[in-house]
Order: sequence, then structure tokens, then C-alpha cells
Amino acid sequence: MKTEKIDVSNYRDLLQKYIMAQDERSLYQAEQFSKYSIQHNISPEEIINVHIQALKELYPELPAEIDASMNFLLETMISYGLAYQEFRSLQEKQGALESEISIAANVQQNLLSTTKPNVIGLDIGAISVPSHQMNGDYYHFVTDESNNLGIAVADVIGKGIPAALAMSMIKYSMDSFPDTMRSPSVILEHLNRVVGRNIADSSMFITMFYGLYNDDTGALQYSSAGHEPGFYYCAEKDTFFEMKTQGLVLGVTCQADYEQHGITMVEGDIAIFLTDGVTECRIGDRFIEKEEVLEVIREYMHLPAQEAVCSVYRHFERLQDFHLRDDFTLIFLKK
Amino acid sequence: MITSSSVRIKKEWDIVGARQMGRKLAKDLGFGTIDQARIATAISELARNIYLYAEEGKVEYEIIEEMNKKGLRIVASDKGPGIEDLSKVMEDGYSTSGGLGAGLPGVKRLMDFFDIISDPGKGTTISTIKWVR
Repeated sequence: MKTEKIDVSNYRDLLQKYIMAQDERSLYQAEQFSKYSIQHNISPEEIINVHIQALKELYPELPAEIDASMNFLLETMISYGLAYQEFRSLQEKQGALESEISIAANVQQNLLSTTKPNVIGLDIGAISVPSHQMNGDYYHFVTDESNNLGIAVADVIGKGIPAALAMSMIKYSMDSFPDTMRSPSVILEHLNRVVGRNIADSSMFITMFYGLYNDDTGALQYSSAGHEPGFYYCAEKDTFFEMKTQGLVLGVTCQADYEQHGITMVEGDIAIFLTDGVTECRIGDRFIEKEEVLEVIREYMHLPAQEAVCSVYRHFERLQDFHLRDDFTLIFLKK
Repeated sequence: MITSSSVRIKKEWDIVGARQMGRKLAKDLGFGTIDQARIATAISELARNIYLYAEEGKVEYEIIEEMNKKGLRIVASDKGPGIEDLSKVMEDGYSTSGGLGAGLPGVKRLMDFFDIISDPGKGTTISTIKWVR
């Protein structure tokens, strides 16, 4: 197709060819012309206008009725043309918005980044993958000089950008807690107050699981604020159990108490922290069963911790046709 | 020569009168079919806004000449409630989402010049120009 530009003579020749031969080739060229017009932002009424001009040149004796009818058609297309232009401009705006969000997502990642600490005698693996651009899940490691390792896993209910903003707040309040404040239940109590005071939006809740591991004793203490319970693999009995503990979602009331439980980790044990993106993974129309999750974990848990969490993630990713419905966060602590 | 005329908008059918006047002036001035249709659509939109929201107002026409170009100035004014949030109504997708029509952004696209002054409680004046190509 030689139509480098939309002009009457070009269109006229094409139209004439078609009227004479009524061939598929001309129709194909018409299709090209139409695509070209879309690419160059040409409104439907302009195409009709070109058609009218071409028609008049080809048939100077064009009956007045046909001429009038063509003008009528042109008139009906004006609003379509406007709607089309508006659509194009909204499309551009959307593009700009998307790139802004992706910049925000990068900033979020930098703000929330946490380094996986090196703890002797503990193999740590962590992965967190957002289902959309902004991650509503969050994990954080805190270490101190007394060989303590704090592990926080949180999930904001109500996803997207507001969730990401709330997460930054959580991170910075945790960073500002004094080193002496280590007990999971106390940390959750404090965070609960921070969230309650700062998030007025009653539709946004934050759940969190907080664990504190002491490398000298092997003791793991944990508390939960309405968060998906983690799993504990006991090597001696070769079984999993849920790290269940009572506690309200953060921010519901300003005063809340959090239960705290403890366990002593021995060689071969694994503590597993996660978000509901793992346990509520959907296959087709159904949610995955807890047993299936554990089966998958069992399949990969012999691997080094980081490799293991990545393998579990890849397994679920494939199960869900590479389309995560929820943010996915999984942490292994292997003794 | 400078000519001007105006059409009062009170009933829905006055919109037709306003379009007709605009189209005739546009045609006489040498606008092509497509621009005539665009001018008529813009007038429709302006007159319809008056009819729907202000109940009464007018559309004025003026043939203008500048340097070596000629154009048609169309001014729609009313003493209606005015527009509270101008940037909102000038946003794409605001008025069209309900299928109400081209809206003011549409009028802006149809014409070469667009200006709006609106005082809440006092009224709205929209000035537009289309130049003969």
C-alpha cells in the first residue's frame, strides 16, 4: 500500500480501483488505509470527508440526494470522532499514570528493603513477590548485639498504593523501637497503637506475625496480630504444626494484648513464616488445601533455605498459570 | 466588515436554531463541510448546556478577521448557577462517561480557541473561535 498520507487523490484512486474491479486486493488496501488512519489519529469523520471528496471527483454528476446523504453521515460521525480523540487522550494519561506507579513501586522497594542477616547456625531464605506492581506484603529482619533475630511478616488488607504507604509507616516505627524492646507481644502492642493512631481508614487493616529467635538458646518466640499462622517443622517427629497464637489485627482498637508462645529450635527444625498469598493460593476455582501447601514445602525443604523458598514460589506460580492473585511472601528459618 | 448576531436559548428547539445560524455563517465564510459539522456540534453542546443547566441564555456569533485569516467567534453565555469545579468539567471522561455528550473538552477539541469564565451563582461565559483553514 502506497498511502503514505491520507489524501483525497490517493483515496480516490483506491476507491476507483475497487469500484471497477470489486476485488479483495483493494479491500485489503482499504484495511491498511484504516489502520494507517488509526495510527495517525485520524478521526472517522475525516475519513468520511475524504470519501465524499473522492466520490465527487470520481462522479461529478453525483445525485444531490447521495451528496446530501453523505453529509448526513458525516454529521453522525462527529461525536464518534470526539469520543475517539478523548479515548486516545485518556489512553495517554493512563500510560503516564502507569509509569508513575512503577516509579513508586521502585521507591517502595528501596524504602522497604531489608537485608537478610547472617546468623551462624541458621539458614535463612526469604521471598516476597507482589501480584501487582505495589507489594502489600512486607517482611523485615532485625538483629541486635545479643544474638537476637527479629522476623516480621506483614500483610495489608486493602492492597495497592495505600497499602504500600502504610507499610512504610510500619517499617519506620519498627526501626525506631529501642534495642531493648524485643518481645514479640510487646512489639505488636506498640505497632497496634501506631497503626490505630495513624490510619483513620477503617477499611485498611494490617496483620503481622512477629518472631524472635535467640541464637544462643535456639529459642523462638512468636506472636501474631491476626496473621496467617506460620508452620513449624519438627525434625524429630517429622511433622508440621501450625504456630497458632491469638491476637487482634493491628489498628482495630488502640489497646490490644497479644499472646506469645515459644519453642526451642533444634537441628533440622524449620520455622516457616508466610502470608495468605501462599496458603490461599488458588488453582482454577478452588483454594489450595493446607495439606497441599505442606506437601509442596516438604518437597523442597531439604534444599538450602533460599533455594527452597524460591522453588516453592515457582511451584505455586506455575500452579496458578503464572498469574498471582495475591502477594506472596515466604520465609524459611532452617536450624 | 464585521457582522454579529445572536440566538436566544430557552427551549430545546432553540438548540436547532443556534446550530442552523452557526452553520449558515460558517458556510458563507468558506468553512468546508467537515468544519461546518464540527462548528454545529460545538454549538449544540454549548446551547445544550445552557438549556439543561441554566434554563436561559444566548449564543452569539461574530465574524472576525485577523491578519490574513478569517474566523467565526461563538460566545455562549448564561446567568445560570455557574460551574463550581472548572478543572473537573474540563477533564476528559468526566461528562462523557455517562454518555451525556462531548462535554466541554469536546467543544475545546472541535474549535481552535476555547475560554471559559464561570462564577458560581452568577453564570458562565464560554468563548470559542474556529479559523477558516
